[in-house]
Amino acid sequence: MDPVILSRWQFAITTIFHFFFVPVTLGLSLFLAVLETKYVTSGEEIYKKMVKFWGKIFLINFAIGVVTGIVQEFHFGLNWSEYARFMGDVFGAPLAIEGLMAFFLESTFIGVWIFGWDKLSPKAHAGVAWLIAIGSNLSALWILVANSFMQNPVGYAIRNGRAEMTDFWALVSNPNVRYQFPHVVTAGVAVGGFLIMSFSAWHLLKDKAETREFFTRSFRWAAIFALIGALLVGLIGHAQGQFLAQSQPLKIAAMEGHWETEAPASFSVIAIVNQEKQANTFEIKVPKFLSLMLFNDLSTGFKGLKELQEEEIAKYGPGNYIPPVLISYWSSRTMIGIGLVMVLIAILAVWWSWKEKLQERRWFLRMLILTGLLPTIAITAGWLIAETGRWPWIVHGLQKIEDAVSPAITPGIIIFSMSSFLVLYSVLGVIGVSLMLKYGKSDPAAAEGKGE
Amino acid sequence: MDLNTLWFILLTVLFSGFFFLEGFDYGVGILLPFVARSDRERRAVINAIGPVWDGNEVWMITAGGAMFAAFPHMYATLFSGFYLALVFMLIGLIIRGVAFEFRGKRDDPKWRETWDWAIYYGSLIPALIWGITVANLMRGVAIEGDLNYYGGLIPLLNPYAFFGGLVFLALFILHGASFLGIKLEGVVKDRVKDVTGKIWVVAVVLTVAFLIWTYLATDILNNPGWDGLIPAILAAVALLLSGLFYKMGREGWTFLCGGLVIILATVMVFSGLFPRLMISTLDPAYDLTIYNASSSPYTLKVITIVAAIFLPVVLAYQGWTYWIFRKRLSPDSPDLHY
Ligand code: HDD
Ligand code: HEM
Ligand code: HEM
Repeated sequence: MDPVILSRWQFAITTIFHFFFVPVTLGLSLFLAVLETKYVTSGEEIYKKMVKFWGKIFLINFAIGVVTGIVQEFHFGLNWSEYARFMGDVFGAPLAIEGLMAFFLESTFIGVWIFGWDKLSPKAHAGVAWLIAIGSNLSALWILVANSFMQNPVGYAIRNGRAEMTDFWALVSNPNVRYQFPHVVTAGVAVGGFLIMSFSAWHLLKDKAETREFFTRSFRWAAIFALIGALLVGLIGHAQGQFLAQSQPLKIAAMEGHWETEAPASFSVIAIVNQEKQANTFEIKVPKFLSLMLFNDLSTGFKGLKELQEEEIAKYGPGNYIPPVLISYWSSRTMIGIGLVMVLIAILAVWWSWKEKLQERRWFLRMLILTGLLPTIAITAGWLIAETGRWPWIVHGLQKIEDAVSPAITPGIIIFSMSSFLVLYSVLGVIGVSLMLKYGKSDPAAAEGKGE
Repeated sequence: MDLNTLWFILLTVLFSGFFFLEGFDYGVGILLPFVARSDRERRAVINAIGPVWDGNEVWMITAGGAMFAAFPHMYATLFSGFYLALVFMLIGLIIRGVAFEFRGKRDDPKWRETWDWAIYYGSLIPALIWGITVANLMRGVAIEGDLNYYGGLIPLLNPYAFFGGLVFLALFILHGASFLGIKLEGVVKDRVKDVTGKIWVVAVVLTVAFLIWTYLATDILNNPGWDGLIPAILAAVALLLSGLFYKMGREGWTFLCGGLVIILATVMVFSGLFPRLMISTLDPAYDLTIYNASSSPYTLKVITIVAAIFLPVVLAYQGWTYWIFRKRLSPDSPDLHY
């Protein structure tokens, strides 16, 4: 087995697992900060109860986010040491800054938040909730600054046999960050909203008198979160696609299974993709629609994978530059499809909870239980596009994945570490999810005062 | 002083902070099964570090990030070369990290006991592996001309390094015990007091032996660049003082002196290395130094500015959290979370 393939698998396993939990942290930290602010400004006890109740789910999730994050941080040295040598001058800085600026903030204040209910004034405690939310979302900013450099390198020069930073500001204001960061943060908001709606719907179906008020209110806030997140993530994603059409056209062409250059370009709704033949053997298309999506008009052409491949060869020498189209194509259909469904669901949820019609729409509540994880699926699909669509580059145009792997590691030890992580993640995943279910389904009144 | 030297010092600061803070967290985790018998007692012990352990762990993450940013070759060589050792450490850190949050989440003695063992092993393994890693850095490893170390795990488990691991364990347990001494009250504290005296003797014996071995086997104590000897002597003095304060029943001072030992030992290692970061046993020309392993002056300048702003801020708010949670805990305290 090839250390490169194994290292990619190990990295993908860890990141995907990390990123099941990260968006929940991003979204729920904001959700809790908003609710706690509402508690302070309104003085209504029920909001404090809501913060404590949903806070348990948040904390269980947070713990898994933290421990998998540590693995992430080590990964670039463990498996990608040549990457660290070649890119460290640029890439290391945002990681160090993330630690100093964001991880310290969120991790220090999460302790204060958990243990500080009786030690701080309600106002100060709500302030701490905001510091956690800011810390989490700042950590997203810095890691995405780092990731954006890999997607769209800026602010560097190749000197002394490596990429060296020449302009920190260019790195931070990378246009890729301007789309990626809001896309990821709003995805997190949607994740938080759908998750809380899902649990609340379960309780609303039970329709117990003591908890009705609690979950009706929780549901309303969550629905608003879900709607804001769902609308923004799609709008920003659309803009991001237009940007990528310029910066990484191969990625977009792979997302769309777009083999042949077309002017105007048609949009493929569904297709059977055949990478070997470099064609789609079956396809339903909407004429001109891809031109509209990417360029806001009905005529501009878009180069196909085959032509782009020739251009890359002219630029970088012989090789295969077409990413795994099948993954990109279906991931993008999944992500965007879910995005559209999410908007629809969120609108109905806000509307019916506003009109107090939820109890009459029990089928809707039942469905919402199931859709709690839809945004998470979309997010995984999104990362598959972003990361596999960069293939064969680890840093677009600068270093190939196969040149990035550590020379000092052998397949044997990677198989060992990967299987250890896999077992550990599976066990943690099962335990974490079952704990979240246990607490999410528990009675808020009974959970009070147990001091756990 | 150039920025390379400054970042060498900052790395020393970050690792000192990490070993000082996580040192007592690891120590507490290792002591857990020995000083606390019932579930309530164990809760008190765990909650003594409850509000702070996560923030403490970020010292390690930031030290790693700073190493990546300032000395990318060291990050690359160390992490890929020590691959398996670090994977074991990660496994330990993973089970420890979730254990804190998970253990209180079910009212089942079996469940809680399982996570208590996770905390124990998740503290023991990283503490031991950090000791082994640092001792190998002091002794040097077979780094080749391409800056990579290809030897794998076995050569890292040499007797000297293993002994270094034991020294780390002893110092961290001592540190954890004296931390519990200032955080707890009641019966658990009496047991902790007992342990502190015993582990102090062990720590003294191991440390002295390790210093002699270090003098014979490495050039850390007679490094012509900077001097590792002075911090080594100061560390030994601090260790003796902590014993003295322990006898006098001055818990705060016992803890501070024990912490000083850890900081001075870290300073000793780094100044004994200076200006090297990693020693090659094959050829001094293959050593990683603060010059051939560093980032460019521009990058160093950027991260210097960021560190100058944020490190003091972090110290301020972390200090504040220790102030907030200064109250002693007992098994019957009402405000236990984990
Ligand atoms: C968009 C956001 C995002 C992305 C792309 C990543 N992470 Fe992450 N990470 C977070 C957002 C986040 C977070 C929300 O801030 C977490 C999740 C739970 C938590 O405690 O913080 C976190 C935790 C977390 C931690 C533990 C921090 C602590 O103890 O507080 C580390 C070391 C990393 N991450 C490192 C990484 C690395 C090296 C990544 C790149 C591959 C990465 N993360 C991707
Ligand atoms: C700073 C942030 C990130 C960096 C530096 C990074 C870097 C990498 C690297 C080095 C690889 C292996 C090489 C490759 O196959 O392309 C990879 C693959 C991958 N990453 Fe990322 N990544 C980051 C964030 C993420 C996140 C947050 C996810 C979300 C889940 C993610 C998902 C993936 C996936 C699915 C792969 C596998 C792709 C494949 O094997 O072809 N990445 N990434
Ligand atoms: C509805 C329309 C949507 C569009 C047009 C869209 C567009 C895109 C595009 C073009 C990318 C690739 C970015 C890159 O490679 O750098 C992407 C990535 C991603 N998408 Fe979406 N997206 C949509 C919906 C969603 C939804 C609903 C979610 C999750 C709730 C989501 C989560 C993500 C994530 C996490 C990534 C990877 C991070 C990134 O590169 O930004 N997207 N999206």
